Amino acid sequence: MAKKTIRTIPQLRTPISVQDAEERIGNFDEVALGYTESEALNECERCLLCPEPACVKACPVAIEIPGFIKEISNGNFREAYDILSNANFLPAICGRVCPQEDQCEGVCPVGDTLEPVAIGRLERWLGDLAIKEKWAANPYKEPSEFKIGIIGSGPAGMACAADMAKTGCDVTVFEALHLPGGVLRYGIPEFRLPNRVIDSELANLIKLGVKIECNTLVGRLFTIEQMREEMGFDAVFIGTGAGSPTFMGIPGETLNGVLSANELLTRCNLMGAGDFPYHDTPLGLGKNVSVIGSGNTAMDALRVAKRLGADNVYCVYRRTEAECPARIEELEHAQEEGIEFHWLTAPVEILSDGEGNVGAMRCIRMELGEPDDSGRRRPNPIAESEYEFKTDMVVYAIGTNPNPIIGQTSKIKLNKWGYIETDETLATSIAGVYAGGDIVTGAATVILAMGAGRKAANNMKAYLGVRDNSFVYAQQPEDMNDMLFGIEIEEKNFVRARLA
Amino acid sequence: MSHTTIVDKKHCVDVSIAANEVAEMDKFEIVTREDFSDVTFLIEFHHPQMARAAHPGQFVIVIACEHNERIPLTIADFNRERGTVTLVIQTVGKTTREMQQICQVGTKLFGVVGPMGIPSEISKARKVICVGGGLGVAPIFPQARGFKENGAYVIGVVGFRSKDLVFWHDKFKDVCDEFIICTDDGSMGIKGLVTDGIKIAIDKHSDIDEVVVIGPPIMMKFAAEATRTHKIKTIVSLNPIMVDGTGMCGGCRVIVGGEQKFACVDGPDFDGHKVNFDDLMNRLGRFLDEEKLSVQKWSEHCRQEKLKD
Repeated sequence: MAKKTIRTIPQLRTPISVQDAEERIGNFDEVALGYTESEALNECERCLLCPEPACVKACPVAIEIPGFIKEISNGNFREAYDILSNANFLPAICGRVCPQEDQCEGVCPVGDTLEPVAIGRLERWLGDLAIKEKWAANPYKEPSEFKIGIIGSGPAGMACAADMAKTGCDVTVFEALHLPGGVLRYGIPEFRLPNRVIDSELANLIKLGVKIECNTLVGRLFTIEQMREEMGFDAVFIGTGAGSPTFMGIPGETLNGVLSANELLTRCNLMGAGDFPYHDTPLGLGKNVSVIGSGNTAMDALRVAKRLGADNVYCVYRRTEAECPARIEELEHAQEEGIEFHWLTAPVEILSDGEGNVGAMRCIRMELGEPDDSGRRRPNPIAESEYEFKTDMVVYAIGTNPNPIIGQTSKIKLNKWGYIETDETLATSIAGVYAGGDIVTGAATVILAMGAGRKAANNMKAYLGVRDNSFVYAQQPEDMNDMLFGIEIEEKNFVRARLA
Repeated sequence: MSHTTIVDKKHCVDVSIAANEVAEMDKFEIVTREDFSDVTFLIEFHHPQMARAAHPGQFVIVIACEHNERIPLTIADFNRERGTVTLVIQTVGKTTREMQQICQVGTKLFGVVGPMGIPSEISKARKVICVGGGLGVAPIFPQARGFKENGAYVIGVVGFRSKDLVFWHDKFKDVCDEFIICTDDGSMGIKGLVTDGIKIAIDKHSDIDEVVVIGPPIMMKFAAEATRTHKIKTIVSLNPIMVDGTGMCGGCRVIVGGEQKFACVDGPDFDGHKVNFDDLMNRLGRFLDEEKLSVQKWSEHCRQEKLKD
């Protein structure tokens, strides 16, 4: 086969079919429908299979991207999945929610002249195929005596649990809510990440031998110190996230109808408030809903409100569209769905309707000044530009704080903002206790949390002296001998199993 | 169709089964059910780990069955030997009415998480008044017991609408040095509200160190007013609307001393003289329309079920 060049590959990025905007604001079905096999194969043709791929370096979990794309092109879908799932246990999820434009696709050399290879869409296609075909990564497991406790079943916890289970450890994940998945479950709505996808990926985790204990609030039911000293956990990973919502402290915030995006999304995604009264949890949706902030959570809240039937949904953000932190795709989808964007606008006060509910919001116009510490231009209020508009629901999506419970109930060292302090190995101030994800870094992305979970797992293995056998289950290069220590790899697994 | 069975105290003793049987029981299984009135009932469920961890003043979040709301309930009691936790529930909305029907001995709750919140500080106070009204009567009990165990002189003040609704009379008498029952109609104890009971206690004792109040917000508000002029430390336990109970939704935010606090992780106990009760009461009415609709649908459903029978 002739070497592919930028001139020979398909010039256009394969489009993904999406549900029509008019139709989708009336349902919670997925917006992006995913590639078909032929679309995926076509997109794979666009990958130059760089010998020193930049995309792998830009991926927080270092997926062998050209490796799995090559296998797809060769028609070896199962092999492709094995390469992918070796680095990323949740491909169907990450393919949907990763900010690929800032990671792998952002550094793809194809993107220098054309649109970059749609790596995220390919990842999703392969992840979905694996779910459909019921493929599970079934790695070689070396039995070990170690007992690992994971706090939080979000992406960081799940990634850490998967890696530790692959080494044969006895892994238990503790979740405070009644369903596992963390932010994937309560935060990200069905039309962006269907619950069946989370369930399938969790099922793979359970196949690896991971136990998931819901309804368990670590810190209050038992402490981290008790886990280590009394309950026999050899190592613990904390991935409790930054779930505590921020409010602005402006007047009127305790009026009824003011809520955090977390509350809105939890009521809808976890508790089924969209089906009220068939589900008992109410939402009390307004007719004119304003969401403050423009990150991914804000986009989710806006689009949920639209789908539940709000007449007008406004996004209020103090900077401009250029600074909007949401994934490009989400912003585009929100715009298509008829969300009204009020850029350069900041709320000043929430006004009552006279009966304890939100009636209106007073805002002030902003203009961009000099760049601030974050490198973004600082928004400054324009004098005497205040105005009021009618709204009966105000949703805060302006960021989160660390969950305080672990800090309240253990001696673990926190920084001044309440996040857990770790060294570069993600070890905390308590021996054998690691932490990663939003509870360490502050609110970030699913894939960064997963990356942290995997990094903590690697260091945990070193701490426990567990042999890192990832090379055994990694995809073997064709020229590598499939004998290890004189025993065939498959055979070795068999012998071990018999011994155990 | 009525599932409601009254379990008397004797029966409760029978339920205290051998330890090995307890170990075999599942988490969340209901082992005792007692009905105090048409609207108030007690459930005791099996959860040894929670019974070990629980302290007075903490709460749990219960989901009785899959489609139910997550509702916060203050722990009424816990028994570490039996490995059980006790809740007293008043039927107010649809979820609690459904619980009244389905939460029977031998059934399992869909989910319970807890203990949640910062435990109450059972201080070294020498003389305390423990005040409970309505639903708060049950959770004030472990606090009264805690103070008694610390060697304090405990005055119990509890309020009910009438004599028929009174429960745990004997339990309180065991741990209180003085015990004042207040009923709205005067059918038992003194005729009046708990604030009248508090007044009697304060008039009699000039050296009260602390007052702890658990009950409906309007009652806690007036109880706090009753102690404010006397400058007696007054702790109240707040129970606002919550979803997760872990500090994640912010639905339970309350104003204390002019600052926003999350009752689930910063509380549920706060200084009663600093709480903005009017704000709390407004926020508790947040879903009144939805609650009405839900109860209406549920009543229709029950009527239809009854017709089928």
